[in-house]
Order: sequence, then C-alpha cells, then structure tokens
Amino acid sequence: MNEPRWVDTAISNLLRGGVICSVTVIALGLTVSFVHHHEYLTSRSALGTLTRSARYPNTIGAVVRGVAAGQGQAIVMAGLLLLIATPVARVAFSIVVFGIEHDRMYMLITAAVLTILLVAFWVGAASG
Amino acid sequence: MTPILFVLAVGAVSLAGGFLGSLLGLGGGLIVVPVLTLLLHVDIRVAIGASIVSVIATSSGAAAAYVRDHLANMRVGMFLEIGTTLGAISGAYLAGIVPPRLLFVLFGLVLGYSAIAMLRGRRTSTEGVRVGPWARVLRLRSSYYDDAAGEEIVYQPVRARIGLFLMYIAGTVSGLLGIGSGALKVPAMDLAMELPIKVSTATSNFMIGVTAAASAGVYFTRGQIDPFVAAPVAIGVLTGAFIGSRTLGRISSRAVRSTFVVVLILVATQMLVKGVRG
Repeated sequence: MNEPRWVDTAISNLLRGGVICSVTVIALGLTVSFVHHHEYLTSRSALGTLTRSARYPNTIGAVVRGVAAGQGQAIVMAGLLLLIATPVARVAFSIVVFGIEHDRMYMLITAAVLTILLVAFWVGAASG
Repeated sequence: MTPILFVLAVGAVSLAGGFLGSLLGLGGGLIVVPVLTLLLHVDIRVAIGASIVSVIATSSGAAAAYVRDHLANMRVGMFLEIGTTLGAISGAYLAGIVPPRLLFVLFGLVLGYSAIAMLRGRRTSTEGVRVGPWARVLRLRSSYYDDAAGEEIVYQPVRARIGLFLMYIAGTVSGLLGIGSGALKVPAMDLAMELPIKVSTATSNFMIGVTAAASAGVYFTRGQIDPFVAAPVAIGVLTGAFIGSRTLGRISSRAVRSTFVVVLILVATQMLVKGVRG
C-alpha cells in the first residue's frame, strides 16, 4: 500500500540534504556580506541600495565569478540556486528510485514530470 | 532601519510564514509579500521573487518530514505534478493574453466557493464512492499514523482524473498570477479526491516546490531574486517549515481544516480586492 521504507527514506534524505546544503551556503554568504561591510550594522542609508539596486548576479556565470571573488551576495545567490535545484533534483532522483523498484508506471510518470519541467525552464528562459 | 535589523525582521516574519505555510500546504508568500511591500517598503518585483524562494523553501523544508511520516502521499503528488507543470507552461503562454484583473476576480470567487464548500464539510465516509480505474491502477490508496487521533488512518483517493485536471488549472493560475497555487491545490485534493485534510496539505507542500521551481528560473534571469531579501526569507522559512512539519501530525484534523478555511477566505478577499481595484 505504501512505498517500501527505503524509498521514503531516500527521497526524504535527498530533500533534507538539499535544504541543509543551501541554508549553510546562504548563511555563509550573509556572514561574508556583514564582515565585508561593517556599515551594514549601523548605517540606515545602506538598506536602500541593498533592496532597490538591480545589480545582483542574474546568470550562472556571474554567480560563479562572484563566488570565486569571495563576494557575499554571490555566495548567497549560489545557496539560493541550490535551494531552487532541490525540487528538480528530487524529481530526477525519483526516476532512479522507481527504476530500482521496477515500478515502471511511476518511473514513466516522474520522467514525464521532469521532461515537462525542463520544457518549462526552456519556455521561461525564452519568454523571460 | 539598518541592514542587520532588516535581515532579523524579515527572518522573523518568514519563520511565521514557513510555519503556517507548512501546516496548510501554502507557500508562505501570503504573509511574506504584504510584510515586505507594505511594512518594509521593498519593491513588489523583488518581493515576488522572494515569495517564489519562500514557496520552494517551505516545500523542501517540510516535505522531507512529510514523506518520511507518510503524511504526504508521494504517488498522488507525483501523478498530480504532471498537471501542475503542464499548467505552468500554459500560464507562461497565456500571460499577456488574459487580463490579470479578470483572473483575480475569477479565482477570488473560486477560492471563496471552495472555502464555503470546505466549511460545510463532506461526507465522513467514502464508502459508496466507486473507486475509478485510474485511482486503482495508480495505486493511490495509502495510510498514515495520526498522532493526534492516535490511530492509523487508511484512505482511498477517488476521482484521480478530475484531480489532475484541477491541478492543471492550479498550475496555469500560478504561472499567470505568480501566486502560490496551494490555495487551489488543497481544496482540489480535499473536495474532489477526498483525501484526509492533513494528507492534502502535506501533499500540496510536497508539490508546490516543483511548480515554483519551474518559474524560479525566469525570476532569477530577470534579476528579481535579491540575495539580501531572499536570504533571510529562505533561512526563516526553512526554520518555520521545519517546526511546522513536526507539528502537523500532532494537531487535530479539525483544527487544520478550520485554520485552512480562515486563511482561504483571507486569500480570496485579497484576490477580489486586487481584481476590483486593479
């Protein structure tokens, strides 16, 4: 009736792993930002530029370059991208899990979801 | 306000959003967006980007526990994700063709109707409802241990095709309006598929992350994800969802249901106001 125990455990652990990785990287990036910019602790005017500027890294390349340069914002962004990737990884991982269980129907269902998801990314990239 | 205070304030609000969202199967944007825009004067575009992050954080943070505890029905979730992801694509195409104000009014009414239907409740026994071939072939029947009731609850989902169709609509709406479709997903699972309320909210949690991830890429490329706003949202929501996912099993189904109905009425009102005022 329910999935075998190991299937639930594996998928639950994947989600937990993704969440723990991303929250660690995000917290690290925030810390780096505050260490680099002491004025964030006292200045009232600094907030305006932080919440209204449009200069955040918005390509994978920019994030990678920023992380290499040790920029706090880019490290936060890398953590956020890990967070966004977690549900997608869960869908991809489920195909493997159902494959091991020889559950062909749910392998097909999750493969269909992953395909539609990738098309959605592609459509989004084209329209965005 | 100094940046450090801003981060702490957003983190605290997000913690509440993640807690409530994980219990009710909603993304938490419901609390995060108004607080960011109205109280903290964050740009609406940035606030919407942060709410997408909030949906994904609520989903992954809570689903880890819900999958383990069988509160989320993975088969129901994965089958219905076909509908939500297809809907997300339709939504991307329809954006710009359908006037959003009309949609806000339309879905405000749909949610209002759902709230009333959920308030009236449904038959307590699902015996007598014929289990269709889809629900049978998809092996949707499952069970979970209810801590509050102190017993194993066995349930049989019905009307799988109607559920799939409703999820397609929910996915389209979230693609078009950029709002968490949990508010539509939970009533669809509750009213059409007759899942126990806790299973509906937990399974909605399991699914909303995938729907949101489908549109998160666009928000990232458009530069709507502000790391300084999204970071405290992500950390706060994840913490709240972690606590919430350990609470859902222990509160009574009745309490979950009534809280959901109250929040649903609020969301419906919010949408109607948006639609009428423009």
